[in-house]
Amino acid sequence: MKSAIVVFPGSNCDRDVQVALRQAMGSEPIMIWHKDSELPEVDLIVLPGGFSYGDYLRCGAMSAHAPAMRATVEAAAKGVAVLGICNGFQILTEAGLLPGALARNRDLKFHCRDVHLRVETGQSLFTSRFQEGQCLRIPVANRDGCYLADEDGCRRLEDNGQIAFRYSDETGSVRPEVNLNGSVSSIAGIFNEQKTVLGLMPHPERLSDPALGGDDGRAFFDGLVEALS
Amino acid sequence: MTDELSPGIVAQHGLSAEEYALAKGIMGRAPNLLELGIFSVMWSEHCSYKSSKRWLKTLPTGGPRVIQGPGENAGAIDIGDGQAAIFKIESHNHPSFIEPYQGAATGVGGILRDVFTMGARPIANLNALRFGAPEHEKTRHLLAGAVQGIGGYGNCVGVPTVGGEVNFHPSYNGNILVNAMTVGLARTDRIFYAKAAGIGNPVVYVGSKTGRDGIHGATMASAQFGEDAEAQRPTVQVGDPFVEKLLIEACLELMATDAIEAIQDMGAAGLTSSSFEMASKGGCGVELWLDRVPMRETGMTPYELMLSESQERMLMILHPGREEAARDIFAKWDLDFAVIGKLTEGGRMKLVWHGETVGELPIDPLAAAAPEYDRPWTETPPAPALSAGQIAELDPAEALTALMGSPDLCSRRWIWEQYDHMVMADTLQRPGGDAAVVRVHGSRKALAMAVDCTPRYVKADPLQGGRQAVAESYRNLCAVGAEPIAITDNLNFGNPERPEIMGQLVGAIEGIGEAAEALAYPVVSGNVSLYNETNGKAILPTPIIGGVGLLADHARMARIAVGPGQSLVLLGTTAGHLGQSLYLRECCGLEAGPPPPVDLAAERRNGGLVRNLIEEGLILACHDLADGGLAVAAAEMALAGKTGITLDSPDRGLSLAAWLFGEDQGRYLVACNRPQRLIERASAAGVAARQVGRTGGTALILPGGGTISLESLSERHEGWLPGYMDGGPGGRTGTS
Repeated sequence: MKSAIVVFPGSNCDRDVQVALRQAMGSEPIMIWHKDSELPEVDLIVLPGGFSYGDYLRCGAMSAHAPAMRATVEAAAKGVAVLGICNGFQILTEAGLLPGALARNRDLKFHCRDVHLRVETGQSLFTSRFQEGQCLRIPVANRDGCYLADEDGCRRLEDNGQIAFRYSDETGSVRPEVNLNGSVSSIAGIFNEQKTVLGLMPHPERLSDPALGGDDGRAFFDGLVEALS
Repeated sequence: MTDELSPGIVAQHGLSAEEYALAKGIMGRAPNLLELGIFSVMWSEHCSYKSSKRWLKTLPTGGPRVIQGPGENAGAIDIGDGQAAIFKIESHNHPSFIEPYQGAATGVGGILRDVFTMGARPIANLNALRFGAPEHEKTRHLLAGAVQGIGGYGNCVGVPTVGGEVNFHPSYNGNILVNAMTVGLARTDRIFYAKAAGIGNPVVYVGSKTGRDGIHGATMASAQFGEDAEAQRPTVQVGDPFVEKLLIEACLELMATDAIEAIQDMGAAGLTSSSFEMASKGGCGVELWLDRVPMRETGMTPYELMLSESQERMLMILHPGREEAARDIFAKWDLDFAVIGKLTEGGRMKLVWHGETVGELPIDPLAAAAPEYDRPWTETPPAPALSAGQIAELDPAEALTALMGSPDLCSRRWIWEQYDHMVMADTLQRPGGDAAVVRVHGSRKALAMAVDCTPRYVKADPLQGGRQAVAESYRNLCAVGAEPIAITDNLNFGNPERPEIMGQLVGAIEGIGEAAEALAYPVVSGNVSLYNETNGKAILPTPIIGGVGLLADHARMARIAVGPGQSLVLLGTTAGHLGQSLYLRECCGLEAGPPPPVDLAAERRNGGLVRNLIEEGLILACHDLADGGLAVAAAEMALAGKTGITLDSPDRGLSLAAWLFGEDQGRYLVACNRPQRLIERASAAGVAARQVGRTGGTALILPGGGTISLESLSERHEGWLPGYMDGGPGGRTGTS
């Protein structure tokens, strides 16, 4: 399996996801500079977290027009798997690869802490290691993580099984009180219709090593690599 | 010939009549306005350390692991395997009071640059904050703004903010403190310095364009505030963390080649101090072509260009012929790059504007021979001892609940959850413990770090308070199992022209020096912030100590969280000292008495024992005893581990309040399976030790029978700060 990580100016989780992928794949991911308009042949493209171009405009709005992003959109159309984490998720919605938008958190604050996620489906290459209803502990770190979609959009996500993760309590129960940022329907991560593109706000790469306090993120990457190999 | 400048203009530049006369003597003529501006910033307290230099020289700065002590952009210590930790702390107090978001944000930006200038990748940020009384009308706004500014900058740059401390006290009502610390990691053979060399070598400007922001920031930071503090808002700089991130990456990429001879960030006093310091250290001259400086606005003057404090800029001396390779790297990162001058012979700075010389000054007398004062000082009179009648014996459970929910001891979660403390995926101990621990990427090694100071101790006895700040930093590192290596200090004081304030500074430096010497814990970098006064009222003397220690193997590390079925052993001697304690202040309404004395030999002995016990795996949890004493330490360990604790009665002769809340120094509370073995080890090492309790259940049970459920304790502890920031009562818990 081969993977590529797009590095935007202002990406700051590119190394973290590189370490997590290297651990899962046993080989080096390819780092792609945002100005590159051609991508190598890979099985997975990752858009890492950070503040691409400073995010002074809407988060991810400028990155969506980077040369490497145009190439990513073309690759995604051919079915190449694309994973966007945090800022990467924001870029995916701005680029039109995923529906909806990420807005400022309900309390207007940056949140950095572990959250619990309910796995909504194990039927995808990103979640094949997990059971529906399983609870994961993964950190978030963002100020603009409030997922928004209109009523029709939400229904489509629901009907197509495009919701990947929801914010939950530690038992996996999805309750409004534990929806930390006001996301519609407690959504933490979604797929495209084909389930080849995943965007999520939490950072699985940050808990991929027991020394850091947990390894649910490691199971995520191991499962993804297994599904793509 | 230049016309004499009016006394009004000289005074506006913050120079005394004597200093102006000295400037004229150095020039051999009256300086023009541009030159006067340069004297003004170079001789400001902020840049010259003119009041403190004499005393700073007394601090121990050397040691087997010290690669670079004070005098460079940051200090550097050897952590083995060809690696160095590079770190420094710096204040941004005045700007943060005027405009808390940008003031705090640019404080973070400035200290990051001091560290990556030396070739280090920043791996952690910390901060020490002081705010006024919670009930003061500005406190909420200043706290919210400073925290958002620190987060806004650090989060975007992608360096984790892993630790810090916050206190509230009315003395900071008109003058908050924002001290920011950065720790970076470099290869020992690739550390970069600010010493210019090579006559004819190009002087290169990189980073952001220069605007009119922050002109005279260093002069403003060296004066005290009157009622018009907010009118000074234009002197506060505006930060761009995105550009800083690009600058870090571009500089580190260039530093991996051999193009750079010397490099210095443009911090306080911008282009003036960076060019002066580099030339002065290298003993050479410099010629600057100011019209080539990248400018953000049209119509800027040489005076503005030399004094601007626009952020995210660096000045470099390149090796000849490397300009194009360097330019390519900065073009890749979309950053400005301009050759703006060259090194010259003769030790003079020549400022050229479109081919015309607009200023010329001798470098050494300004940069190295700035005025140095031996200001008069008076010793702080000793605080009278407490009388028994001053100490109320309150119900221990009520007192502990009040303390744990007080502004100075409540949980800081509301703050640190707004900081990305996990980016870079090496944070082994997150905020909330004794010290933050960050792994050295890709290795078993880790760096422990903490910032500490107890200003009320320093106020009551500057010498003991200075010692205590260093000793507490030492203890916090030992408590996670790290070997303390070196410190950086940020000396925040009032107006040094007042002898009693100068006496605080002198006493605290003496205490810091003694402790640093006794603990083999040298000072490798630091910063001084004076004139922290508003309308003649000074802040509590606040010498913040930032400590860095090394863990050889992060698997051998202690945390504060206890589990069920463990025994608790108290290491160190308990005399029940309540002078200047938080119990006295929060529960008896008194700020009185002498602070606890610090026995430096005991600190070293006890710290060494704790480190050995952690290394051998005999300790299951460890916490140093500080504000609030034994009871607060036990409560924090119980909350962290979600496990109850029962504490035993004191030895005969000690009151419950003294036993539970006394703030005697040099103590650790440790959890273990075999207390007798631990006590024997302590005894062999000459360290007092006794079993003081055990863990289990879901409540904290105190001697005398008081019981507090962890749930209600947690509510009080976690509740105060969010409640306050949401507009809840700003008074002290229990009185409002």
